Amino acid sequence: MANIKTIDKKSKAQSMGMHTEVLTGRTQQKFFNPDEAENFYYFGTYDVDFNKRTDLDVMNMSAPEANKEIDNLMSQGYGTIVIKNPQGKHSLGVGILNKLNLIFEGSLGYFGMGSCDGPIVRINGRVGWSCAENLMAGKVVIEKNAGSCFGAAIRGGDLICKGSVGARTGIDMKGGTIIIGGDAGAFTGFMMQRGRIIILGDVGINLGDSMYDGTIFVGGEIGSYGSDAVDAELTSSDQNWLRRKLKVAEIGDDFDVSKMKKIVAGKKLWNYDNLEPTEKKGAI
Amino acid sequence: MCGIAGLIHRGKSSNVGSELQGMLQALKHRGEDSTGYALYGDTDGKNFIMRFKVGENVGEGSSSVMEDVSVYDERKKIVDQTLAEMGAKIVKEERTLPYSLRYEIDFETKDLLDFSQRIESIPGVEILSMGKSLEVIKDLGNAKMVCDRYSLDKLVGTHAIGHARMATESGVDIKSAHPFWGYPFSDVSVVHNGQLTNYWNNRRVLENKGMRFMSECDSELIAVYIAQKMREGASLEEGMKDSLSGLDGVFTYFVATKDSLGMAKDTMAAKPLVLYESDDLVAMGSEEIAIRSVLPHEIDTYDPFDGEVKVWQI
Repeated sequence: MANIKTIDKKSKAQSMGMHTEVLTGRTQQKFFNPDEAENFYYFGTYDVDFNKRTDLDVMNMSAPEANKEIDNLMSQGYGTIVIKNPQGKHSLGVGILNKLNLIFEGSLGYFGMGSCDGPIVRINGRVGWSCAENLMAGKVVIEKNAGSCFGAAIRGGDLICKGSVGARTGIDMKGGTIIIGGDAGAFTGFMMQRGRIIILGDVGINLGDSMYDGTIFVGGEIGSYGSDAVDAELTSSDQNWLRRKLKVAEIGDDFDVSKMKKIVAGKKLWNYDNLEPTEKKGAI
Repeated sequence: MCGIAGLIHRGKSSNVGSELQGMLQALKHRGEDSTGYALYGDTDGKNFIMRFKVGENVGEGSSSVMEDVSVYDERKKIVDQTLAEMGAKIVKEERTLPYSLRYEIDFETKDLLDFSQRIESIPGVEILSMGKSLEVIKDLGNAKMVCDRYSLDKLVGTHAIGHARMATESGVDIKSAHPFWGYPFSDVSVVHNGQLTNYWNNRRVLENKGMRFMSECDSELIAVYIAQKMREGASLEEGMKDSLSGLDGVFTYFVATKDSLGMAKDTMAAKPLVLYESDDLVAMGSEEIAIRSVLPHEIDTYDPFDGEVKVWQI
């Protein structure tokens, strides 16, 4: 691969496997145009300074009020925000499209950190259902347990739970990485389409049911395989990647990745190669 | 949608009426067509407490038919007469609302089936609960409205379960509200969040075995199903484990008895439940905010897995 730091936009895109020419025949691919790069920047994002830090106590705020205040603080340039007393409230921290250090001192309810693109988040507590749904980029770390539908439909970024998670983790995920330090429930990786899931503990029934693509790594016992999920060979390249990923995630330092099981889709889907916005951004 | 909540104090009593009110009120966005409490109060254990209704709440939003209040009085008279005929002595009588009554009854029996059948053979009368500790209180409105209406915030006991209901498959009325009494077992109650898809098949089988259904609410099936298993000699936990295969659909439910509280989650884990467990308290609810209403400080909670059954003793 060419050095993407030194080559022009078009070459960068092509070096990452993207196309600028129109192919003939039956295809559903979307084509990348480097001249439209400005379209990939979000309206309403802010320049923030990570060294500019503040606390926000949301004890007596509703979720919309708290989220609006986070936005307000980012508009003032705060790059590190510590949320006090989240008290299990739903929908906190949603729709953040900025680079931001966000720390929650406590637990979140449903839909926490949904539809985010870019923030680095640490939650010193537990999260409810559908945490980080539709995450595009960034990193979300949960120090305790997580509910069901963890990382539903994520497209990119790293989503890490140091405890155990509920059912349907990574359902419909389209990219990114989910790392679970403990156990995972039933239907993990249900209909996943891309990305990787790493579970250091046990996993419930119907693992990878109806998965189209992507990879699941399991360190413990598997309750049962779902339809279309099959074992694959764990290569040395996989093991190296797992070690690097677990180190970055600060999880499972001493874990023997060589004994992990690798599960992939047993069927091949055609015309399933659309480029995701995150990949487009990466090429710019 | 519906929300459920429950808590059990181990080794002590607490103001469970107020605590459950806080938990259910935190879940009111999951439904406030009706709210129900199953409270296990501190009693001397000598008398039965019978909560029953002689009519429906016909307030705004109710799907019940309006009746003249004099009908309620007439039904109450027949109940009193029937109790006297069975040798049951009313020790204390409270009539919180025209249609809702609470009796403390001095009555010796080990089989409440005959007793219940005779009381409920009176048209328009339904026993909401029967037991020496259990009191089921349910009515239209959110948790605070029901709590205020029945003055539940002072009730001291060991454990409680409750339900905030969004009516879906049956009417907005008290008979379809949760909790359901585990008829005809003393001190057994059930709340449920979810949907059962083999309701009618199971109902037909259970009715043929002599069990009764008062509503067309699918959740009532759980109470009757567990009660029938216990009639056949199963323990509470065995009955709950059996329900995971016997009941079809998606569900999370709680069952409480005089001295225990249990939870079960279907094998798809399709309905939510968050659980907090310590040496002296177990609290659980459809959402963590319910638990936060009694434990505002930072705690460790988790989601039980698919097909999980747990039972705790006081």
